[in-house]
Amino acid sequence: MINDTAVLDGVMETDSPQETSARTILSGIPEGRSADHLPVWFHERQQIAWSRFASLPMPARKDQPWRFSNVAALDLTPFRLGEVLRHAQRSEILERSVGLRGVAGRIIFADDHLLRRDPLSEKLRQLGVVFQPLERAMIEHEELFRKHFMSQPTRLGSEKFAALHEALVTSGTFIYVPRGVEVELPIEIFHWLHKDDASVFPHMLLVADELSKVTVIEHFRSTHPRRRGFACGVNDLVAGRGAKIRYVCAQSWSDNVVAVQVNTTTADRDASAMSLNVNLGGGYSRFESFSRLTGEGARSDLLAVSVGEGSQEFDARTLQSHESPHTTSDLLYKNSLSDRARATFGGLIRVEPHAHFTDAYQTVRNLLLSDDAEANSMPGLEIMADNVKCSHGATSGQLDPDEMFYLLARGISAPVAQQLLVKGFLNEVVLRFDNPALAAKVHELINAKFARIPRS
Amino acid sequence: MNQFEIQDLRATIAGQEIIRGLSLTVPKGEVHAIMGPNGSGKSTLAKVIAGHPDYTVTNGAVLMDGENILELAPDERARKGIFLAFQYPSEIPGVTIANFLRAAVQARLPDGEELEATDYYAELYEKMDLLEMDRSFTSRSVNEGFSGGEKKRNEILQMAMLEPKYAVLDETDSGLDIDALKVVANGVNSLRGPNLGVLLITHYQRLLDYIVPDHVHVMVQGRIVRSGDKSLAFELEEKGYDWVRDEVAEPAVA
Repeated sequence: MINDTAVLDGVMETDSPQETSARTILSGIPEGRSADHLPVWFHERQQIAWSRFASLPMPARKDQPWRFSNVAALDLTPFRLGEVLRHAQRSEILERSVGLRGVAGRIIFADDHLLRRDPLSEKLRQLGVVFQPLERAMIEHEELFRKHFMSQPTRLGSEKFAALHEALVTSGTFIYVPRGVEVELPIEIFHWLHKDDASVFPHMLLVADELSKVTVIEHFRSTHPRRRGFACGVNDLVAGRGAKIRYVCAQSWSDNVVAVQVNTTTADRDASAMSLNVNLGGGYSRFESFSRLTGEGARSDLLAVSVGEGSQEFDARTLQSHESPHTTSDLLYKNSLSDRARATFGGLIRVEPHAHFTDAYQTVRNLLLSDDAEANSMPGLEIMADNVKCSHGATSGQLDPDEMFYLLARGISAPVAQQLLVKGFLNEVVLRFDNPALAAKVHELINAKFARIPRS
Repeated sequence: MNQFEIQDLRATIAGQEIIRGLSLTVPKGEVHAIMGPNGSGKSTLAKVIAGHPDYTVTNGAVLMDGENILELAPDERARKGIFLAFQYPSEIPGVTIANFLRAAVQARLPDGEELEATDYYAELYEKMDLLEMDRSFTSRSVNEGFSGGEKKRNEILQMAMLEPKYAVLDETDSGLDIDALKVVANGVNSLRGPNLGVLLITHYQRLLDYIVPDHVHVMVQGRIVRSGDKSLAFELEEKGYDWVRDEVAEPAVA
């Protein structure tokens, strides 16, 4: 189960040091980019976003949204814009982009360039489902795209990075599912980081119209397990009335990648959105999740598992925002941390004054497998309505010695026993995700990560 | 050599001696029962044999077919053929019975050899049928939300799958109603044979109606005070533990 491309041990390229003609990201938007293929309005937005990026200060640790974060990791000077890859590199990456067996559509990017797109079936296209690279969608579906593209405020600290993303984004995916259409198979997206110090700005905009259904998995991977890189992604999930969205973010960047991912999920009346973030890679990776329950009866499930080793750091910030009555949100984050790995969680449940009959839950569990591992949790409640059910809790603990002894007494060696218990600990989260094919894929990725961790 | 032998064993927890010079021999192929009142150290003995880290052995040896297993880590003991059926088995959230047992069976294979999944499941289902366990059990988390009877059946299922040389069954009858008791006893009886020695730890005589022992030992205050055939269990049932307790309290007759 682990011998697929999720295992990133194979070194793809031996041609370092690489020629580094690419521009650094801090030198701004390349001249002439708009003339290439982007519409004028979009180019103008990018210019404005760049000014915003330039004027906003870098995060500092004393800023509340960055408390406990290793902000020193966010030095952007080394990183360069992604370049077109050579043919041999492209075909090797395509070969390694092994994901789900059955998909409705698939799109693969490397260093921010489109490598391949397996389009939707004729039937889905006739039903009006759109699955396109960003630069095509902004032309062919301008109205819809402009309405939703980065239309949500950034609330959790990464305003500067959202601006950087907006200024430099060139690749990504736009998905639109019309009213009443159910896309049965998942849509699969790959974003690869390849060259030394390359940067990517993956974007995903998913709009599910009334009573539609769609499932999406995004894979974030590096071709080389140690190569440095930077990822600054935004994804916006919009669930219309009664729509059902299932989303998996499978993050397996190299251990030397700095990643910032900003998510907004909006659930309208009776809609249900469920996301599962699987954080396995990255040196420093931050995930902001702003979940808005805008319509009565909406539901949002926020799930995440992180497996940290070495000096990996996972930094999660969430906001469950109840803006209508009878809404439900349920957050379950579990982190397994060994060596000097760190996890930070800052999460707020906010219930607006008129959002009565809210059910909101927030649970964070940290499993500390070494004395040097560190977890900081900052849960918070801000409740302005009267009739609500809210709970939050964050715990950190070690493996249960009785459980450990039980496994040892069956002849299972200590390292294998520990892995079994850790996987069991994470399993509770994965099993909550109600798509068996995707849950199985997530298990596979987690197993691959454990196979990479040397057993002491 | 072909026997399980405890020699003058002494063990402590937090500085307090619980096992106080216990000796006992179970030849392979036999079932020996240890009976004793609460607090006599029966469960401690089971855990010491399995290698629980909370206990310190201060004296003696535990020989399995001549090899002192006290030098071995708990998982090594198990792989060599010791099995402990726990009185209170742990719940392991998120780990299915199938995966748990698979890891245990895999651990017994030589390095580099992979367990054949189809053979494994065939064997697992056969043993589950024997214990009247529904196949859906395999996808449930180990012991999580199990009834007392289900937990004990699960212990015997593991014993059936791992084919130990010597098994210690710690209060396997506790928490079982009569129907569950019969199922568990049938499971144990079906595993009896010339290649298995069993040490059956129990507080009550009733289990011995269903698993008839070859020998019965009475344990009081950390040592064996009396041994005999199965009639000893009936005698205990009749006279109660005070009878042996009184004997222990009396000075030993030279």
